[in-house]
Amino acid sequence: MIPAISADGVGKRYGGKWALRDCTLGVPEGRVVGLVGPNGAGKSTLLHLAVGLSSPSSGTITVLGGSPTDGRRQLSKVGFVAQDAPVYAGLSVAQHLRMGAYLNATWDNQVAKSRVEQLDLDPRQRAGSLSGGQRSQLALTLAVAKRPELLVLDEPVASLDPLARREFLQSLMEIVAQGGMSVVLSSHLIADLERVCDYLVILAAARVQLAGEVTDLLATHYRLSGPRRDPSTLPAGQVVIEESHTDKQTTLLVRSEQPILDPNWNVKPVTLDDLVLAYLSHQRRPERWQRPDLEVVR
Amino acid sequence: MIRFTWMQFRTQALVAFGALAIIAIALAATGPHLAHLYATTVANCAAHGDCVAATTTFMSKDHLLQDLGNLLIALPALVGIFWGAPLVARELEARTERLVWAQGITRSRWLMVKLGLIGFASVAASGLLSLMLTWWSSPFDRVNMNQFTSVFDQRDIAPLGYAAFAFALGVSAGALIRRTLPAMATTLAAFAAVRIAFTQWVRPHLITPLRVVTALHLTSGTTYNETNNGPLTLLGAKPGAWVYSAQIVNKSGHAVYGSFLDRGACLESRAAPACIGQLREALVYQPASRYWAFQWYEMTIFLGLALVLAGLCFWWVRNRLG
Repeated sequence: MIPAISADGVGKRYGGKWALRDCTLGVPEGRVVGLVGPNGAGKSTLLHLAVGLSSPSSGTITVLGGSPTDGRRQLSKVGFVAQDAPVYAGLSVAQHLRMGAYLNATWDNQVAKSRVEQLDLDPRQRAGSLSGGQRSQLALTLAVAKRPELLVLDEPVASLDPLARREFLQSLMEIVAQGGMSVVLSSHLIADLERVCDYLVILAAARVQLAGEVTDLLATHYRLSGPRRDPSTLPAGQVVIEESHTDKQTTLLVRSEQPILDPNWNVKPVTLDDLVLAYLSHQRRPERWQRPDLEVVR
Repeated sequence: MIRFTWMQFRTQALVAFGALAIIAIALAATGPHLAHLYATTVANCAAHGDCVAATTTFMSKDHLLQDLGNLLIALPALVGIFWGAPLVARELEARTERLVWAQGITRSRWLMVKLGLIGFASVAASGLLSLMLTWWSSPFDRVNMNQFTSVFDQRDIAPLGYAAFAFALGVSAGALIRRTLPAMATTLAAFAAVRIAFTQWVRPHLITPLRVVTALHLTSGTTYNETNNGPLTLLGAKPGAWVYSAQIVNKSGHAVYGSFLDRGACLESRAAPACIGQLREALVYQPASRYWAFQWYEMTIFLGLALVLAGLCFWWVRNRLG
């Protein structure tokens, strides 16, 4: 199976600063992949590399088996909605659709028109006077109507109010349900992605911290609480992601391929929210993520 | 991509070419009358006697339209500022490059069509205005005989080169600076600097001027002049030519000063053959016949500069943006 996105040691430097460093990652095809990380973690950089808007300073990135900057065929396989959904303020909704038709050989006008009707957008309205939610929907329409194999969305709901956010994700889920499309979307809030994603990549401090199926991730992480204990006495195979101690009690978030059998622990499943937060706070302790046994990235 | 470029550009194109159409109507309405006036008053003024009066009356016609030459000087700069500079810079500023470069065309093609189409419109606008003005002004130009000096850059084909250069300069500035307003200001400053520098220091050296020393030949159109007791120079020596210097020299080739005329042989008889016969005129000039050679040089060089800048834009947009 061709991975939707495959990155090998990819780095991107702007001036002297690395926006993304040593990123190795395989995103499977046919999934809805959530890319989570705090602001400035390199999410936009990674997505821009994937859609060919920029080229890596080091390493190689392959998208749907081809190089992202490899001309028209590659460009027409990937649909992209950039952060804040840029559109031409002076052009009308209908003119945007005409732009899509002119510039994309694979354009499906039926899809575009029915979406505009469904969204109740006035074709004559200038894009500059659309609300944030309508603008995002227009940008999504442009990206979807070119019938891409991979749809990439950079922080699509970050600037939307809760209602528009729900409507946008609803649209996205309808599109995904029609099938045939891999989706990668980024957000700094896991809550946005929880309902739509089945695969998760956590990016922080310009590096990939964790990547995997949401169900696998939830099944291999545990919240342990019990009498105070030094985490270094845990059996091999149990990796501490997060720890907190009081005088009497220790609470840990661990990753383990095996079930936790120690009766001293009170074992609870983790929520996706807990998991992401643990990995994000975890990256603030660099000596941890540099330990090879934490290289869960595959 | 051509249709998309037209969709974005048509308003500006209609404004520009609409303005040109209005100018064309004004020129077409007055031009034939001017030509008639020239033919009936100035061209045969010798027969009527008073050439100075006829010429003065004729030259005072249609001053407003005569000033259109200034518009033609400014047009390339306007094109560079308003069509060139925003072409890439506005996309980067509004961040719409992330929309258009993610469509199913490469950004090289995007740039090629934009540069080609809007660049062609820039050159066409300048060319049309130049064509109209060259036709309309020809009676005035025949009186002024100043094709090499004050109107060289407002006639014929030189403005085509300026427009192409200014447009490419604007696009390059926009791509490099990435912000529209600073790019506009840079375009104006750089265009003016290059034009002035070229006129001052490059154009005079494109073709080696002729240097001739002949007997002093004073006609009704010639006068001499001295500035601050400097050497005597001849004015109006070669009508229609580009005169670099026209000095009055003596038989041994040395410059002659006004004091020479005031003493000795020429004191009482300045125009006397005995005095004049001692003097020569030393001319350094480009003959009128070289006018078209200079026009072609001017256009080709500026067109070449435009192509170099366009190449730079391609490289920059492909490799440096993003």
